[in-house]
Amino acid sequence: MISIVRDLIRYNIEFAIGLVLTTIIVIFACLSFFSPVNPNLVYTAIPDQPPSWQYWFGTNSRGQEMFWQLSFAFRNTLSFGVTVALISRVISIFVGLLSGYLGGWVDRILMFVNDIFVAIPIFPILILFYFVMRSNLNSFTLALVMACFGWPFDARLIRSVALGLRHREFTRQAVFAGMSPIKIMLEEHLPYVMPIIFATAMANMIWSIGLEVTLAVLGFTNINIPTVGTTLYWANNHSALVVGVWWWILIPVIILVMMFLGLFLLAVSLNEYIDPRSRLRRMGV
Amino acid sequence: MREYLLFALKRFVQLAAVVFFGISGAFFISHLSPISPVETILGEVTGRSSVDPEAIAQIRQALTELFGLDVPLWQQYLNFWGRFATGDLGPSLLAFPTPSMKLVMLALPWTVGLLTSSIIITWIIGNFLGGLAGYFQNSRLLKLFGVVSIGVQPIPHYIVAFLMVIVFGFLWPILPISGGFAMNVRPGWTIQFVLSILHYSILPAASLVIVGMGTWFLGMRALVSNIVTEDYVTYAELANVSRGRIVGSYVIRNALVPQLTALSMALGGIFSGTIITEQVFTYPGLGSLLVSAVNGGDTTTVLAVSSMAIIAVATAIFIIDLLHPLLDPRVKAA
Repeated sequence: MISIVRDLIRYNIEFAIGLVLTTIIVIFACLSFFSPVNPNLVYTAIPDQPPSWQYWFGTNSRGQEMFWQLSFAFRNTLSFGVTVALISRVISIFVGLLSGYLGGWVDRILMFVNDIFVAIPIFPILILFYFVMRSNLNSFTLALVMACFGWPFDARLIRSVALGLRHREFTRQAVFAGMSPIKIMLEEHLPYVMPIIFATAMANMIWSIGLEVTLAVLGFTNINIPTVGTTLYWANNHSALVVGVWWWILIPVIILVMMFLGLFLLAVSLNEYIDPRSRLRRMGV
Repeated sequence: MREYLLFALKRFVQLAAVVFFGISGAFFISHLSPISPVETILGEVTGRSSVDPEAIAQIRQALTELFGLDVPLWQQYLNFWGRFATGDLGPSLLAFPTPSMKLVMLALPWTVGLLTSSIIITWIIGNFLGGLAGYFQNSRLLKLFGVVSIGVQPIPHYIVAFLMVIVFGFLWPILPISGGFAMNVRPGWTIQFVLSILHYSILPAASLVIVGMGTWFLGMRALVSNIVTEDYVTYAELANVSRGRIVGSYVIRNALVPQLTALSMALGGIFSGTIITEQVFTYPGLGSLLVSAVNGGDTTTVLAVSSMAIIAVATAIFIIDLLHPLLDPRVKAA
């Protein structure tokens, strides 16, 4: 594991950049654990101060220090993304391995369901959930709903790998040795799909965080929890750009783009690493 | 031909299933809510002044009947499909008594137009440039384009649209940033109106194109750089087939098939992006209608827009799937 990461850093500049960006964001988010201010309080600082030595990222019109506010926001947003990624990974592994290994009518039914989920536009559904639940819609419920829609692409990928593994020698040997299907899937096939799971988890986080930001900007999530989206929502709500409080919007957007770029580069480089042909080409063999 | 029809039939069954399950889902989500539209309206009506309790009971009765909530849920569900078949989902609350379906139908052409044109532009240009970048791997310009698309591609639609508004609305105000057409133009089939629509759609379409382009470019480049190592391409080069022919019919055409599949899979996501883009540019499409309906607590319109969105996206996917045999003669029964 560690040697893989070392190889990736050495031969793959995209992975290195992605890792640096993501690490910066994670450290920034973790700073919130040492925050001297409560992010839910307003008017704890002088409002509308531009970035300075005292207030690194300035303060917003609600009298909050942007540095700590954003630190909390990124913590919440990141943990939201990770939650969605974890839950949807579990579903996609389950569906993908089952349908790839068992095949036949199980495969057909699961893939039929899979295709339905791919084709349903999720955004109207999410808005519908907000519409119904209003402020009862907390981050975890939202994460759960998104995870229920975030698995089908990856389940298909995992299935295609599992489909190939089914006819390999070691699978037959395991079957003849009397291993149960569940054990074959979890112990023999799961390690093969692990790299895909890591790569798709990053892509999934980009997707879910993007959706969360979009929903929150419209005010369609719980706007009292600081996330990147709600930060932008409040900025729009106070017409930050018209008033000239540009740092309230610009700084979160820059950090957000850094995070997306970091996650995207990690996903791309891991994807490339999975394909041995492109891996060798990069190492110059 | 028979195989193609069978293929089309299978896709059609899938389309029907998506529409059925999607809309059923939308129905149950909106009806299992603890918030009743009747009580919401009642609260609004009676909140402003004191109303006779008997009148309240009568209003409640009337509203319950209007929404068809006086029967058990399964019957409401059947009624819903019955009404859906006739295209009547009940009156909109915001624009009472206009039918919500009428509002949706007014908004639909805007969204379809914006979405279709931006997707076609994005897909064709992205794939073309990506194909060239995969084949001519030493071109500086195309490499630069690759770096830029890696940087732009993961940014959510909202941020790009918002930046466009800031740049072209405040810093360098040359393009209209809100609305679907100019205020002083009368809607109708006149040159002036069409030009106005095009003028106003430049920014929303451009922001959709900017976000979408990178995906196709990067995907195509990866596909093509794998295809050029195939034996048949080397063989064609040795046989002195012209460059243009190799790139066009040997390389790009082969890579277009998975890209078409990717398009049909990405369509739902692109639609989500369109909703927020419309909202940023206050474009009079489904997205803006949906957002204002949610903000106004307009249940019937929210349900109508969601249902229509599901149908529209599923139909678009169906059409794209039917295009497959044009590119790939092998797809007969998939």
